[in-house]
Amino acid sequence: MKFEILGNKDTRSGFGDGITQLGKTNPNVVALCADLTGSLKMNDFKNQFPDRFFQVGIAEANMMGIAAGMTIGGKIPFTGTFANFSTSRVYDQVRQSIAYSGKNVKLCASHAGLTLGEDGATHQVLEDIGMMKMLPGMTVINPCDYNQTKAATIAIADYNGPVYLRFGRPKVPIFIPEDTPFEIGKALLLQEGTDVSIFATGHLVWEAVEAAQALAKEGLSVELINIHTIKPLDNESILRSVAKTKCVVTAEEHQVAGGMGESIAQLLAKNHPVPMEFVAVNDKFGESGKPADLMKKYGLHSSDIIKATHRVLKRK
Amino acid sequence: MKKYNLESLEKFTSQVRRDIVRMVHAQNSGHPGGSLGCVEYFTAIYKVIMNHSSNFSMDGKNEDLFFLSNGHISPVFYSVLARTGYFPVKELNTFRKIDSRLQGHPTTHEGLPGVRVASGSLGQGLSVAIGAATTKKLNKDTSLVYTLHGDGELQEGQIWEAALYASAKKVDNLISTIDFNGRQIDGDVDDVLSLGNLEEKWNAFGWKTLSCNGNNLQEMIATLETAISLTGKKQPIMIIMKTEMGYGIDYMMGSHKWHGVAPNDDQLEIALNQQVESLGDY
Repeated sequence: MKFEILGNKDTRSGFGDGITQLGKTNPNVVALCADLTGSLKMNDFKNQFPDRFFQVGIAEANMMGIAAGMTIGGKIPFTGTFANFSTSRVYDQVRQSIAYSGKNVKLCASHAGLTLGEDGATHQVLEDIGMMKMLPGMTVINPCDYNQTKAATIAIADYNGPVYLRFGRPKVPIFIPEDTPFEIGKALLLQEGTDVSIFATGHLVWEAVEAAQALAKEGLSVELINIHTIKPLDNESILRSVAKTKCVVTAEEHQVAGGMGESIAQLLAKNHPVPMEFVAVNDKFGESGKPADLMKKYGLHSSDIIKATHRVLKRK
Repeated sequence: MKKYNLESLEKFTSQVRRDIVRMVHAQNSGHPGGSLGCVEYFTAIYKVIMNHSSNFSMDGKNEDLFFLSNGHISPVFYSVLARTGYFPVKELNTFRKIDSRLQGHPTTHEGLPGVRVASGSLGQGLSVAIGAATTKKLNKDTSLVYTLHGDGELQEGQIWEAALYASAKKVDNLISTIDFNGRQIDGDVDDVLSLGNLEEKWNAFGWKTLSCNGNNLQEMIATLETAISLTGKKQPIMIIMKTEMGYGIDYMMGSHKWHGVAPNDDQLEIALNQQVESLGDY
């Protein structure tokens, strides 16, 4: 497998560039931000479309309500704040005013997970995928690099319904070609293989690429699938892969409980039970530190995916 | 000044009050007190004040929009929506029953015409209304947005986030109203968590504040008309509407006890004797 590294950029910049492009192509797109315009990379949109940008201040609950209301009359609101303040801080507002009310709001959430780094556990939400996927009708997307985040941002504007779009702070390799189509709910097959299926989402996709390359040197054939959409899950692609490999490793920057791995486990328990290993945070809060150090300490490094693969192969 | 026939409106209010107590009695569940206190308000906005179409569209372009933030007073909302043509009056007999569009608290989820957002968990409606009002401005739609809130609901922090935003951003196509009946589930608002001087608070937050007796239909209509005349002046408008919880049913007045309790058979009969069947029970 060869993945060309096309650059090194933060996924939040993919969001920022995506929404700026939407500003040009879709006059109904509006953006709201709760005092984090720079962090969310929304300055270009703000400067180019000042009449469609709404600074709400440090008041996320109000922002979610305003976004819900703005859909009435045909606008497509994109809210921007950290993942923690897009979910746990405003869960009831998202649940009642957006999800239960069926509003076409796009919840755009940066600085998800441990890779937020030095700010520490208060800001490192690791429960957001779980909270959002539990809401009926909510679509949950966690892209893996700049190009995919930009494509996902553009794609969700054409989908009618609430969406949670999760991305992050640090610069990470760009390896998904710019012209790769982004289809909500359709997993991206990165490499075909026969020994093990590795399903990865978000920042862990690149870790999984590195793991797959190392495993290839051991003579193992890895099928690597990028699950950018956690809900709705691409059941067909997952089951097709597992029918071939008969064992699974999942990898995500999230708690084990409530994460992508849990969704896949539920699918497989019902349809095709196989040995499974989960690379995720195991019931712990994060802490301050450099993103790379945190990923190692909390078991989210490519070496952890390699170890999990060895474990699962023994159970096969 | 909008023209209206007071006698006809008063007939409407007595029928709505009958609907409220009958709906809550039928399922032995619901919130009659606040519903009864807000009958004049709902009659004023749906029968006189708002330009609206019972041929419901979610987007409500070029129509005035109403958002009920204190969703538990759904009985008055449903009765008035049904009796202004949004859905069949006989559907009121499904209130709070399984497979009904008339959920305990209003929702868009079952597709009930006239409802544009779910409410029930308190404090969220003002933000939603601000959003809808903002979209109206973007769409160059000059119609207005109305909201109703409970007084106890003002204990929710989101209300004050929204209050701050609406004045700072000059949302001046918004007319909000507080049902200031002074009661909440656990007792008098003053005892549970006093709101202090409400008028001073909303003034301090930069709103134009009006007050009225919300159980006097003519005064209610006149106050809403004054509010309309004050829109478009770079300030949101708040009406502090003094009402009596349970208004129109003597034994339900003067206490918080009928906030969320249904009348029994005997109590229903007493209540119905106090409100004339003017438009035909459902």
